[in-house]
Amino acid sequence: MTELIENLLDGDHRALARTITKIEDRAPGYRDLVSQLHEHTGQADVIGITGSPGAGKSTLVDKMAEEYRDRGLTVGVIAIDPSSPFTGGAVLGDRIRMASNTGDMDVFFRSMSARGSLGGLSTATTDAVKALDAFGKDKVIIETVGAGQNEVDIVRMADTVAVLVPPASGDDVQMLKAGILEIADLFAVNKADLDGANRTVQELREMIEMRRDELAVATGHHGAVEKTSPGGGGADEETDDEPSWSPSIVETVAKRGEGLGELLSILDDHREYLVSSGQLESKARDRYAAEIRTLLREDSAELLAEEIEARGGIEGFVDRVLDRETDPYAVADDLLDPVVECVESKRD
Amino acid sequence: MSEAQEQRTIRCLVGKVGLDGHDRGAHVIARAFRDAGFEVIYSGLHKAPEEVVQAAVQEDVDVLGLSILSGAHNTLVPKIMDGLEEYGAKEDTLILVGGIIPDEDRDELLDLGVSRIFGPGASMDEIVDFIRENAPERQ
Repeated sequence: MTELIENLLDGDHRALARTITKIEDRAPGYRDLVSQLHEHTGQADVIGITGSPGAGKSTLVDKMAEEYRDRGLTVGVIAIDPSSPFTGGAVLGDRIRMASNTGDMDVFFRSMSARGSLGGLSTATTDAVKALDAFGKDKVIIETVGAGQNEVDIVRMADTVAVLVPPASGDDVQMLKAGILEIADLFAVNKADLDGANRTVQELREMIEMRRDELAVATGHHGAVEKTSPGGGGADEETDDEPSWSPSIVETVAKRGEGLGELLSILDDHREYLVSSGQLESKARDRYAAEIRTLLREDSAELLAEEIEARGGIEGFVDRVLDRETDPYAVADDLLDPVVECVESKRD
Repeated sequence: MSEAQEQRTIRCLVGKVGLDGHDRGAHVIARAFRDAGFEVIYSGLHKAPEEVVQAAVQEDVDVLGLSILSGAHNTLVPKIMDGLEEYGAKEDTLILVGGIIPDEDRDELLDLGVSRIFGPGASMDEIVDFIRENAPERQ
């Protein structure tokens, strides 16, 4: 085992920080590091927090971390901010909100930027979560702006996903329809002391019920669907044996910590539901399957890029395609065939 | 973005430490760093030395830029240096100080491990170039 990982497992903060840097940079040898981490993971409860800019994510995460610390739990936070697609630079501002936990090293807060790499961010985030998990953090919180596929992918890695919605955000609720509704285990209508909170709660409730009806029709379980109880629900008492989960709605004022207790208890309920329903394991299976596929896709793409270079570069092939000597499909077959042959001959 | 850039992105912490509330300079620096392609973490105002140390260690920054206009640099900088040393982070962090530092205090700060002091009139290009040339090699 490398010294860095040994130190990390020993609880050295610097080693943890450096490991995450290597993961982010995809520095030489980072894969070995992550491999070594794997056997020490699987203990942390991973929570994803997402929502539109200004919804109050960082403030809420700060309060959550404080409360978990009061309960004697250790916390890791990964806050992801966008980076400039032009310079790659970024101002990572989430840390400013972490006012309640300054000086407490047992809250490990790390800012990450999207670094504009396609898909790479979710790999880096997965691996950084592993580092925090192996380090021994009880709760790992991933915080990200919920816009676009990339972020949805990231948040999906969490066991439990909370979506923050500011009041009177008709448009944001519209946005939620495009993919985020499906991944939310819990909605927090934050800044609930502002006008329009009730309406937002109402709109969310309607959306959730509409979705439940759709699901019920799709699966043929008409009778099994119950309405969410007022004030959010949690795990449903269903007539079926299978426990199921319908997203709860909670009103919070993150700045003052209002609604925080309810939010955390719903997060705990969801965790319990995941364990009792077997969802935790099936989620982990899905996640590892996706991870293996992603790695293979990246690795084989790299392998083929090398092969293209070895055969004189992509431009040569493009020239022949332009001259109608060959076509893209034929080129792809041509490049892939030796690989396929090689794989087939080595399979056993 | 080129491969090399993706491999190695310079991370900076811009820290406002102590009780002065003048953060215009820190904001301008943060923006300039961002536009230079660095990742910038801004500490916010009125941070205690321990808080800046915590942020520098956890974020594993290459560069720590301290903005101090209160005159308390002789108290604050040693505390930060000690904190970084405690976590083994002093060696490979480039530490810069900006703000109002009287000439007679400069040598002492440089002896403590500050790499360079940028006072009023320092140009952005100068600072960015200095960082690019001196950002520590990481193991």
